[in-house]
Amino acid sequence: MARYDRAITVFSPDGHLFQVEYALEAVRKGNAAVGVRGTDIVVLGVEKKSAVKLQDSRSVRKIVSLDDHIALACAGLKADARVLINRARIECQSHRLTVEDPVTVEYITRYIAGLQQKYTQSGGVRPFGLSTLIVGFDPYTGVPSLYQTDPSGTFSAWKANATGRNSNSMREFLEKNYKETSGHETIKLAIRALLEVVESGGKNIEVATITKEHGLRQLEESEIDAIVAEIEAEKAAAEAAKKALAAPKET
Amino acid sequence: MKLDTTGMESAAPVWGSHNELVDGFSVAPSFELPNTTDFDGFQKEAIQMVKPAKGTTTLAFIFKEGVMVAADSRASMGGYISSQSVKKIIEINPYMLGTMAGGAADCQFWHRNLGTKCRLHELANKCRISVTGASKLLANILYSYRGMGLSVGTMIAGWDETGPGLYYVDNEGGRLKGMRFSVGSGSPYAYGVLDNGYRYDMSVEEAAELARRAIYHATFRDGASGGVASVYYVGPNGWKKLSGDDVGELHYRYYPVMPSTVEQEMFEVTGA
Repeated sequence: MARYDRAITVFSPDGHLFQVEYALEAVRKGNAAVGVRGTDIVVLGVEKKSAVKLQDSRSVRKIVSLDDHIALACAGLKADARVLINRARIECQSHRLTVEDPVTVEYITRYIAGLQQKYTQSGGVRPFGLSTLIVGFDPYTGVPSLYQTDPSGTFSAWKANATGRNSNSMREFLEKNYKETSGHETIKLAIRALLEVVESGGKNIEVATITKEHGLRQLEESEIDAIVAEIEAEKAAAEAAKKALAAPKET
Repeated sequence: MKLDTTGMESAAPVWGSHNELVDGFSVAPSFELPNTTDFDGFQKEAIQMVKPAKGTTTLAFIFKEGVMVAADSRASMGGYISSQSVKKIIEINPYMLGTMAGGAADCQFWHRNLGTKCRLHELANKCRISVTGASKLLANILYSYRGMGLSVGTMIAGWDETGPGLYYVDNEGGRLKGMRFSVGSGSPYAYGVLDNGYRYDMSVEEAAELARRAIYHATFRDGASGGVASVYYVGPNGWKKLSGDDVGELHYRYYPVMPSTVEQEMFEVTGA
């Protein structure tokens, strides 16, 4: 097996591209990221490592915009992310120049996935070690979208998805609790999913929303704390209600 | 000369030619320079030889119901009329038309190439390309061949999600958005009739009659225009050919021969 994992351009006998699979491992070690699509809003949430004291946190933005109407969050190698994001930004402007129209979310996702695929079929390079969550609104139809790409270059659209550390637990939570939401409810759902795997508090979560009218908006720490408090209160109320139901049975 | 085959290339270019900054922009076509002392003069002469005279009349205008496109059908080589039945309105796809003025081969080839690109856009993006996008694709291609002697004066007319669209694109790489255009040697005459009779809220029949008249008057006065006046209408459901009338017959329709009183009759002299 060891002989088939060195070069990206070599298949293993049972049809694996080991380098791509190892890249997916790198993604699994990256910070947790979640995206939830609502009817009029799409929410991205990313786990923030606990504040390193001397670091200027403003320079470490994990949710970035690709254009006025498209945003991206990723899990995995951040340096690779920078390269991919720059190329995607250039493509967004190039598209505006050649067809006088902003990109659709599907178009730019296809471009990024195509770029990631190119690096799995060339000599002397390694795949990008990141999975991205791309969100936005299509320019004329105004339809909200959430897409995910991975190091192999595949992409698909999602109602809600998670990637990075503990993504399986987050995805399980979303599958159990997802329903069509809008506005504030969508933000709460995204934060609830993140709180499954992250210690609670505005310090450890970065949340951004994208809407048709206001574009990308990063939530302030205080806003996140307020919503977390709301969620905790709801949880406590649910617990109390359950206890009240259970109580009469005791004698 | 390397032709523009970006519409037919596969999506993944050869690895070695990757350039970070140029990524996303297509490389301009180029060819080897000929051995001359004065290249600029040579280029000017070459262009003069091909001389974009654009002997033709084409017109298009947007009105309330959509876009009306009309053209004549004469091809001339200097003073010789080489054909009276040239199709100057090119069907790019079921909802977009292009007009031909200038070099016939150039217009036909690049409109077909544009049709290919539009179809590829549809397949890749699952939606039709806008008239804005299609005209921009053509204009960018023509711009990259600037100075190499192409002769194209075309109008792209179509109907997309934003409604009717009309753009004028030429071989210099110029691209103009507008409501009324006429291109070719007969355009001054066509403009006279078109500008005089134009109203935004015309019916389809009125607009077709206006377009037909404008082409007829241009063919009447301009020697390089003639043949058949074709009129096409582009509406929300695509384009439709409305009429194709021989301009000779149109003349008698607009100016019928009136029987007039004879002033001096000639009659047979019987005998001496």
